[in-house]
Amino acid sequence: MTARKIVLTSGKGGVGKTTTTANLGATLAKRGKRVILIDADIGLRNLDLVLGLEKRIVFDLVEVAEGRCQLRQALIKDKRFESLSILPAAQTREKDAISLQQFSAIVELAAEQADYVLIDCPAGIETGFRNAVGGASEAIVVTTPEVSAIRDADRVVGKIADEGKPIRLIVNRLRPEMVRTGDMLSVEDVCEVLAVELLGVVPDDEEVIDTTNRGEPIVLNDSSRLGAIYDKIARRLEGEIVPFTNFDGQGFFGRLIDALKAG
Amino acid sequence: MIDFLKRLFGPSGSSTTAKERLRLVLMTDHLELSPELIEAMKRDLVDVISRHVEVDRDKIEVNFERQDSALAMLANIPILSVGRPNGNPTLVPIETVQSPIVANGSAPRVRKRRKRAAKKTAPTSAAPASAAAQ
Repeated sequence: MTARKIVLTSGKGGVGKTTTTANLGATLAKRGKRVILIDADIGLRNLDLVLGLEKRIVFDLVEVAEGRCQLRQALIKDKRFESLSILPAAQTREKDAISLQQFSAIVELAAEQADYVLIDCPAGIETGFRNAVGGASEAIVVTTPEVSAIRDADRVVGKIADEGKPIRLIVNRLRPEMVRTGDMLSVEDVCEVLAVELLGVVPDDEEVIDTTNRGEPIVLNDSSRLGAIYDKIARRLEGEIVPFTNFDGQGFFGRLIDALKAG
Repeated sequence: MIDFLKRLFGPSGSSTTAKERLRLVLMTDHLELSPELIEAMKRDLVDVISRHVEVDRDKIEVNFERQDSALAMLANIPILSVGRPNGNPTLVPIETVQSPIVANGSAPRVRKRRKRAAKKTAPTSAAPASAAAQ
């Protein structure tokens, strides 16, 4: 039984692809799945840093592709989650240091020894993006409720759809109070504009900055606010039907309470 | 107080503007219609209509909407007054003119109804201010 090969992509940079990849991967591992995370962002390696594994890198993706080492030598096992490992990107190489064939072969090899292979895609829609998407069989598009992020998400959705791969959406960094006052696009708005199936909604939370500073996945802490959110996303990914938390409008009386509180 | 009312009566912030702008920009991205082309279409459309009625050029809105698999171009063109600019240089205020458009109501109402009617119309049937494109 080979793994599901899922690329996490966004088009625009800085919307939270790497954070999402790290936390979703850790959540799946915590749920007992064998997970391999591949950092496809050659030259701008960060997945290792977000997960606090930067000091343990020996080999990287490009060295595996060039046959300088075996995949198992380059994989870094996360000691906190037994079934989680990452394949770091090369830091001093260019995106075209690896071909689609080479990348796909590595993903296939990783898939033989895992339940999930999550690929952290670089920003943009050039070589790095084409490799990352080409190696995957399904995609998670990460966006924030901002016009620029959504427009770029729409571009990558179009490109992935052209390859006939299923796509699901994570709306990241939602600020429910701004949605309620009409100052931020709602999840409903984003889904309507992009016409993609929703996989999850992650509210904006300082917890992300704090855990990233420490290099700890959010789900490491059982009482974390966002841990429960990522758990829901992981369960949906596994095919479970999990109701969505409503972060959007809450009707007249809800707004009345809010207005009174604020007033 | 205004803030309080704003919160009470729900979304009135910039999210509506964001959604509308996104809708239009994505539509042009998908169609690969350049903003210049849209402007040219708008100009030509207005030129034709202006032969018959006086329109408010500053308040013209052009939108694109997906209807099933087809795409509709919806133009919202406020009519200032009805007259024949060529034959009658002095434009007559709308209230005093008897014409089919005026008979249907005042200019703003015509505009509203037209927009709604255009939305309901199938892209293939001809509505006065909507043109089907695909």
